[in-house]
Order: sequence, then structure tokens, then C-alpha cells
Amino acid sequence: MLIINIAGVILIALIIWWFWLYKPKAEQVGNDDLVVVVENGVYKPSHILMDGNDAHGITFLRKDASPCAETLLIPELEISETLPLNKPTKIHIPPLNAGEYAFHCQMQMYKGTIKVEGDPS
Amino acid sequence: MSESTVTDNHCHSEHPEKPRAVQPVTSAVTELIIDGAGCASCVGKIEGALKAVSGVQQAEMNFAQRTVSVSGTAPNEALIQAVERAGYNAKVSSAESDSDELDEKEQADLTYYKKLMRETWIALALGAPLMAYALITGEMSVNTTTERIVWLIIGILTLGVLLASGRHFFVGAWKSFLNHSANMDTLIALGTGTAWLYSMVVVFFPEAVPAQARHVYFEATAIIIGLIDLGLALEIKARGRTSEAIKRLIGLQAKTARVIRDDQEMDLPIEHVLLDDLVRVRPGEKIPVDGEVTDGHTAIDESMLTGEPMPVEKAKGDEVVAGTLNKTGSIVFRATRVGKDTALAQIINMVKRAQNSKPPIGRLADVISAFFVPVVMITAVISALAWLNFGPTPAIAFAIVSATTVLIIACPCALGLATPMSVMVGVGKAAEAGVLIRNGEALQTASKITAMILDKTGTITLGSPKVTDVVVVKGRTEHEVLQLAASVEAGSEHPLALAIMETAQEKAIELSKATSFNAITARGVEAEVDGRRVLFGNEKLMHERDVTLNVEGDDFVQKAQSLAADAKTPMYFAIDGKLAGIIAVADPIKEDSISAIQRLQKNGIRVVMLTGDNRDTAKAVAANVGISEFIAEVLPEDKAKKVQELQMAGEVVGMTGDGINDAPALALANVGFAIGTGTDVAIESADITLMRGSLHGLADAIAVSKATLRNIKQNLFGAFVYNVAGVPVAAGILYPVLGILMNPVIAGAAMAFSSLTVVSNANRLRLFKAKEH
Repeated sequence: MLIINIAGVILIALIIWWFWLYKPKAEQVGNDDLVVVVENGVYKPSHILMDGNDAHGITFLRKDASPCAETLLIPELEISETLPLNKPTKIHIPPLNAGEYAFHCQMQMYKGTIKVEGDPS
Repeated sequence: MSESTVTDNHCHSEHPEKPRAVQPVTSAVTELIIDGAGCASCVGKIEGALKAVSGVQQAEMNFAQRTVSVSGTAPNEALIQAVERAGYNAKVSSAESDSDELDEKEQADLTYYKKLMRETWIALALGAPLMAYALITGEMSVNTTTERIVWLIIGILTLGVLLASGRHFFVGAWKSFLNHSANMDTLIALGTGTAWLYSMVVVFFPEAVPAQARHVYFEATAIIIGLIDLGLALEIKARGRTSEAIKRLIGLQAKTARVIRDDQEMDLPIEHVLLDDLVRVRPGEKIPVDGEVTDGHTAIDESMLTGEPMPVEKAKGDEVVAGTLNKTGSIVFRATRVGKDTALAQIINMVKRAQNSKPPIGRLADVISAFFVPVVMITAVISALAWLNFGPTPAIAFAIVSATTVLIIACPCALGLATPMSVMVGVGKAAEAGVLIRNGEALQTASKITAMILDKTGTITLGSPKVTDVVVVKGRTEHEVLQLAASVEAGSEHPLALAIMETAQEKAIELSKATSFNAITARGVEAEVDGRRVLFGNEKLMHERDVTLNVEGDDFVQKAQSLAADAKTPMYFAIDGKLAGIIAVADPIKEDSISAIQRLQKNGIRVVMLTGDNRDTAKAVAANVGISEFIAEVLPEDKAKKVQELQMAGEVVGMTGDGINDAPALALANVGFAIGTGTDVAIESADITLMRGSLHGLADAIAVSKATLRNIKQNLFGAFVYNVAGVPVAAGILYPVLGILMNPVIAGAAMAFSSLTVVSNANRLRLFKAKEH
């Protein structure tokens, strides 16, 4: 029983670490060619690195028919866009101050972040 | 006029090439709409510029339609730049309108719905008979070899169901996991996966679990997948109804326009209409783009946008708005706003954005949603450990059932949907009433307004003064007084002068030339007309010029006072030093201002009137409309201060104005309401725009906001209570006291229908009638 309990506690610790404490590195540098695919409950890539000096355009391509995937929100930038199915939608990101900007679906089930390095000149 | 004789700035050389039809193409083709190409000679120049772009194979221009079809591999940006370098403007033709987008969305939703229903039937086809068997016999255990074989076959069939009907949950869960996030898919995949795996362990290694725990849960696995697919399918149907308002707005857009180019009329898709194009609209047709009437006369029904039921007369020089309906006559108008710039496109865009925005009330749910799934996973682990440590035998079976049930019953979607679904319907409902709400925050604050400041001119009143009374002394005629007064005021831009001119025009009075014109500050004017010395102004001016205001016992001062008491502005008129009469001007109160103000007051809102006018007029207007609190002689810059004063007194202040002079006050108020003139939505400083002039829009906006907030609260309460109560019950909290442990199938049904309940409750808002509140 002790082993089961220890296993349970480790499992809880792993859940906390994997879902909350782990800080994933930005997978892709944001530029005007970047395409984020919305499919199978995730944004791919979901962690984007950007230079705050310039404005960028990120193209979102929704392949996920679930209505959850339909709305893209970037609350801090007051961006709220409806993503049509299988059609690219370009989102314009203005020059930003350094920091992390979350983007997600309306119910926060699909999540991603834009990490901005370097303030706008 | 032939095409070759048309010239414009861009035509540097004559090139009488005839417009050519767009050739059918087989390779990748981009269609550009060209603006600024005024003559056929531009064709060669544009085609040449495009052909010079690397990657372009062919460029063919249709001059009549001002489109050019480009085939090849060159990027759109390069094509546009090439056209711009040649001296024209170009944009990529988006053959897709909002309406096409909507059709595609509906088609995609329908396809997804059918897929989910198919998956539902597959899952229920196995789950329902198994469930019935379990209920009838109560026998789902594995004791004999035969049972092991039978359950193995059923287990494999269940795996088939998981793959056929639940694959998307598992793929989604896995992708999310790799992405360090967890969602509804995670919970369903973990719940059903655990139940299936445990059952397979029982089938393959029955001796590994106590004899009492050798139960299989294949029926639960299949039924849960089926019910959740069913819930999702029904949710898609219900969601479709939440966007009815936007569908209605998009449906107002015409698909084609009859454009007159080079004396030829042609039907073009509205995306191809260019600025300054002449467009013909016949009776019964929709106005395709915004414009200014250049020819013809008609009545146009604008009710679909403004809520104003009466058709509006339109003649040369008047503005027409896309989406409205031409009722009676045929008109030609010049396009002034096309594509995404039309008022209707802006309204659609604004409503869409507002529908996607969240009021602050939804933020708590957002915070909870962000942590929800991992918390539920941890709860499931704790629940399983608690059963294993303290539960009765067979503890392993109880642990598996409770963990599975916790994972299945928890519904992050209900929480996540609670706010956006209601906002979607509420904002749409407001738009139907001609009220444009900028965002969710404005919606929420509008529901809390306790004091409403109304600007008098243009808000309570029409904002365009009119001559209401002409009182003349014996021996003078109204015609004579008006003719002289209008002659004096001709050319003046003062609103009162305009009112007199308008009356003179209506009465077809011919004006004379005024000479020796002299404006006397804060008094009035004097001039000479047809050899007569004319004085026009207030009492002070008359006294200074020794004009007697009591003519043969008839006291005109008293008459003037009586007019002022009726919210009119009286002005004395004297000819050759003798009083000839009084002209009274008033800004009429809008027809329904009184009833709208009563509606606000009935809802407990303190109504305050602000005006720059004198106290007497303000008092009279306030009394006429039933406002007891008014502040007169307020300078535009002081309006913001008054807003602040009320806020300091603890009021949640709504400010209503025309959006120009009142911009600072509108911005400072908790909610700024701009009264739109017709369909002008370019009022940036307001949180809420009323598209029609009626103050009933205010009461409608507040009623819709209150109803939406009430709906959001119901949804949030329901979703919170559901999860807060459901998860502990699923974990078995009632078992020690009442001996109740929830069946995972019940949890699956509850989970599937909790989201549907939220969406359906939001849909109830569609039936809300703002006018009744």
C-alpha cells in the first residue's frame, strides 16, 4: 500500500510539474511566414518567440472542426478573431514590449504564448 | 463616350486596346481589382507592369470590370506593388463575402455534426445493449473462462468504439499533453481509457484483482463516449442559434451591384464595386454599398439597421447605406464607401468583435479554467488513493470507479462557455435593436448604470431648431416679417438663422439683398433691406434702440416670456424703429423622448439633463420631458466635470451625447452612449452607439445588458455548482454517509449535457424583448 501511496504522490507531483511548473522554450521564431496550425486540440507551434522591435503577422490555419477552435483570443492585445476552417487567417501583431502574451481559444482549452524579447525602438 | 476617349491622370499614352475577357485558367490564378484605371489605355500599362514581375506567366485585364487575372507563382504583395508602381491601386479580389464565409461555416458545422452523430450511434450501438444487459442481469464480472472469452471479444469491440467514436478525444489529449496543457479531451480520454484498461486487466489477469473486484466497465466506456459525442453534436446545433443576429446582419448584404461604367450597366459582385462608381438601384432592391444619391428620388427602409420603422425619403445629395432596402423609386448613386468600409461591414465587424469579447464577470471563470483540468486529475488521484486506503472491499474497484467518474463528470467546457455564449446572444440581440455594444466590459457596466446624463441638444431634442411661432403686430404680415428676417440672415451659419432660412424656403419666400449689415454681439443684427432699416434681436437690443415693445396695448414682452416658458427662443423684429413682430425658434423635442425617459426612470435610473442653453429654456425642456434634475449654461468642457461629480457621489454614470462636443464626457463616463445619426458608426469615443436617434435605444441597451448579465450569472452559477457538487459526489463523498457512489455512465450523461444546458440557457436570451423592460 505504501508503494501505491508513494506512486500516487509522485503522480500528483508530476501533474503539477508537467502542467504548471514546466516552462517550455519558444519553439519557433515569429516572422511573417509563421503559420500556426490549429489541430487536435493544440496550436502548433504554441510557443512563439518574437522581436518586439517590429510588427509581425502570424497566420493561423484551423484544421480542427471543433467549434472550440473557432475563436482565437489574445486578450492583452484585444485581439479576437474567428478562424474559418481550412483557411489561413493572418493576425497582425504590433511592436510589443518585452514579456509574454498568451493566446487561447474562448474556453482556454487551446493555449499558446508569444514571448517578446526587446522593446520596440 | 467611348473607352478610348476617356482620359485621366494615369493615361500617359493612348493605347486603344479593347477590354479582353478573362481567359479560363488552369494554373494558380490571382484576381486583382484595380482602382484608378480610367481609360482603356491603362490596360496595357497594368498588364505590362504585372508581366514584368518575376513568376508571372500571364496577366489579362478586363477593363469593363476593372479586374486583372494574373497566373503564375508571384506573391500577391509583389503584384500589388507592381500595380502601385504603375500608378494605380490594387487589391486582391476576395471573392468570398461574409455571406460566403457564413455558408462555409454552416457547412463545416453540419459536416462536423454529422460526423459526431455517426460516432454517437456507433458507440451507443455497443454501449446500449451492454448497459441493458448490466441493468437486467447485474452481471458484469469475469469468473469463468467462457466469460473471459466473451468479455475479451466485447473488450476488443469496445476498443473499436474508442477508435471509431473516441479517437479525437485520445489524439487531442495526447497532443495537449505533449504541449504541457490539458483540456476536456484529457479528462475524457483518461476516464474512458482507465475504465477500458482496468476491464482488460480483469479479462486478462483476473487473479491480479480481488474476486469481488472482477467487474468490467466496457458498457460505461462505450456509453460515455457515445453520450459525450451526442452532447457535442447537440451543442453545435445550439451554438448555431446563438449567432442568428450576425447571420441576419450578414444576410442584409447584397451579393451584386448594378454598376454604370462607361455608359454601360453591368451586374458585378459587390466586392468589385470601386469608389466613385455609379450604381443603379431599382425599387425592391437592396442598396449594395454606401453612397450619395446623384439621380432619382425614393424612400428607403433603414429599419434593419437603425430600428427606425418609417422609410426615409432620399433625393440627390442624400446618403444611402448598404443593406437598406429601396422601396419606391429608382436611384443612381455614387459609391462613397465600399467593401469593408461600408457602415454595414463595420457594424458586422464591430458586432463580431464584441461577441468575442468577455466582460469582467467572466474573468474568474477564465482563471479557474486555466487550472481546472490538472486540479481534476489530482482530485481523481487523491480519490483513488482514499478508496484504496480507507475504502471497503473491493477497494481497487471502488478506486477505479471513483477516479473514472471524477474525470468524466468534471466539465471545464460548461465554465468556459458560460460567459461567451451569453455575450454572443446578448450583443446580437442589442444589434437587432439598433444598439451597438463595443465590448463585453461596456455590456457589463451598462447593466449597473444608476445615473444617466442626457445632453439636451440633439439627444433629447432633434438638434435642428425650427421656427415655431411668428407673432406680428397689427398691420404687418407673417410673410413680410419672414421675408425681411430671412433676407437679413441669408448667408449666416448660425443655427437660428438656418431655421429662419429653412422656413422661408419652405414657404417659397423670395429674398432681397441686405446691405449695411451689422452684427451686434450678444444682441442681434441690424441691416437695410429694400430701403428699410431692420433690427432683429433680443429685448436689450430693442431697448437700446428705443423700440417700444408694447404696441397699442398689446404687450409683446409678455408674449415673448410666454414663448420662453414653452422652451422657445423669442427674437424681436423691428422695421424702421417700430416693432413688427416676434419670431420664436425652438429645437423640437424628439417624439419619443418623453416615453424613453420615463422608461429609464421606471428602472430606477436617475436622469440628469445637461445643456449649454439658458436656464429658462432648459427648465422648460426638462419640465416637458419629465426631468427634475437639470444643469443649464454648461460649457462643453464642463460636461466631463459634471460626470465626475456624479461619480464622486457614488453613481455609475452613463453619458449620452452626439459624440463630437461630448467626447471627453463620453470617455470619462462609466458608459458613453453616442447617438448615431442614421447609420454613422464612426463614433470612436463611445462604448455603446445607438444607431437611431431615439432615446429608447438607451433603455433597450440597459435592458439587454441587464438580461445578459443575469443570463451569464445563471450560467456561471450553474457551471460552478455543477462542478463543485459533481466532483466530490463522483469521488464518493456521500458513500460513507448514504452509501451512494455515482455510476460513471451517469457522470458521462451529466457532463455531456452540462455544456448543452449552458448554451441552451444562453439561447433563451433570444426570446428577450428589450422594449418590454
